[in-house]
Amino acid sequence: MQAKPFMNPYFAGFLLGLVLLTTIYVTGRGLGASGGTKSVVTSLVKNVTPEHYSTTKYYQQGEAEHHGNPLKNWLLFEIIGVFIGAFISGVISDRVGLKLEKGPGVGNKTRIIAAIIGGLLFGLGSQFGRGCTSGSALSGMAVMSFGGIITMLAIFGSAYMLAYFFRKLWINKQN
Amino acid sequence: MGPLVPDILSNEFSFVVALVIGIAFGFVLEQAGFSTTKKLVGLFYGYDFTVLKVFFTGGIVAMIGVVILGHFGILDLDLIYVNPTFLRSALIGGGIMGAGFIIGGFCPGTSICAVATGKIDAFWFIIGSLIGILIFMEFYPSFEKTYFADNMGNLRMDKYLGMSQELFATLLTALAILAFFFTQKIQNKVRNDQSVYPKEKKIRYSIFAAIPFIIIIIVVLTPSFEQHIINKANMVENQKSAKEMTADKLAIDLANNYYQINLIDLRSPEKYKEYHLPLSINIPYDSLQNREWKNYFKQKYKTNIFYSDSIDIARKAYVIATNIGDAETYILHENISEFKKQNLDTHVAPVSATKEEQQLVEFRNETARRILDLENKLKNQMQPAKKEIKKVKGGCS
Repeated sequence: MQAKPFMNPYFAGFLLGLVLLTTIYVTGRGLGASGGTKSVVTSLVKNVTPEHYSTTKYYQQGEAEHHGNPLKNWLLFEIIGVFIGAFISGVISDRVGLKLEKGPGVGNKTRIIAAIIGGLLFGLGSQFGRGCTSGSALSGMAVMSFGGIITMLAIFGSAYMLAYFFRKLWINKQN
Repeated sequence: MGPLVPDILSNEFSFVVALVIGIAFGFVLEQAGFSTTKKLVGLFYGYDFTVLKVFFTGGIVAMIGVVILGHFGILDLDLIYVNPTFLRSALIGGGIMGAGFIIGGFCPGTSICAVATGKIDAFWFIIGSLIGILIFMEFYPSFEKTYFADNMGNLRMDKYLGMSQELFATLLTALAILAFFFTQKIQNKVRNDQSVYPKEKKIRYSIFAAIPFIIIIIVVLTPSFEQHIINKANMVENQKSAKEMTADKLAIDLANNYYQINLIDLRSPEKYKEYHLPLSINIPYDSLQNREWKNYFKQKYKTNIFYSDSIDIARKAYVIATNIGDAETYILHENISEFKKQNLDTHVAPVSATKEEQQLVEFRNETARRILDLENKLKNQMQPAKKEIKKVKGGCS
């Protein structure tokens, strides 16, 4: 079965804006993603190496915020929701299926390594930026946060500047 | 009045809200095409600007929405979380994230959408981001200085540029629409797309583009909710409705039923500090509409009594308070110095005084003594019980 076309981007953006606005109205804060991932990492560290966890400053600082259970995190519940919502959407539009997506002429191994490195950088950067594209850039824009908008410009600016050097990962070499 | 968490909804229940919001968020992202790197990366090679369109439209709709809700008093903008600015860290973080974006092809939110629809590369991206976050936390001591450098607080862009939020919203919307227009041209060029847009479609898009500007104009032209109440307070016929209480009545109440009244000094904190009536608390007139005082005006147990230097201020305050809540409210007919002179200072009745006059003087002296005595005993209790304002905690870090 043929996958259904994507939604009109402006209409999708409008809906995204309404979701974000509702979130701000209900919770007083915006959306996020990397924060949810972070709570998983914190929880893993806590359970795998409890001794290290209890002697490391950063984790102990966080302890006060999540009261001993890093998984009791608003953003973690939110990203579980994101997973469910995206799955529902994918099923409705016939877009679900195991697949390794990559640029033309890129090997599987290269793609996986690039994905890991990209993820690693994004994860690291999101900590410095106090949020990722969702939590810092998008939500920051909605409340006109100076830092959020600066982070957004830095993300897209840096991606544009580096795009030329990584073009072989995504587009044909001739271009 | 929003936000609903944590004042109206409990934090526990907010997890259910988080799940529901997440589902909507994920659904929209996937429908927009954010579950495939082809669309996401297209932005950087000029062949697909979907991400820009969705992202900017979403940000602007939410931003204008926040402005509207704040303007009409539905959302308290002082309470919502504004991402703090630590300039150096924000720039470094953004720079690293940009590299991660172009190498990995996702961002954290979209990688979750992609993995939900079965993208194996997204799975590895998520593994990578777990490692990245771990690195930050493990090496935090060496990053700490950078992380907290150039702290600019919860700075807002409109404040930074010294303009109103409406003007900033207008400029950003205009910028976004220009970006939509020109990126579409670029996209068509890269794709060698020669298709001509039907006139109908052009008109439809122009109308949609005009809507945000019309909304902002409406916001600018209509008084805000706060201003609306102030306008009401400035109307003489509304001021006439203020219920007055005489100084003697107040003195009796203070001496006998002080626990049933809130005596509210409307003057500035400086003047209050200098001198104020016994057993009074200070709510400066200009701050009456602040959320922290709401509990005084929305309750049915105590009577609020306003006083100030002049009765006009008290009258206005009466209108404002009764518009905020339905607590029983009075204003003191006398001003502060009249009350002090008549009801707190000790008097001696002249020899020629009639019996009634003598009784009145005695009564005033007696109540004054009791009030001042009470004030002494209750000194520590009379600090205003400010409603504790819970600031929303947020952020992604």
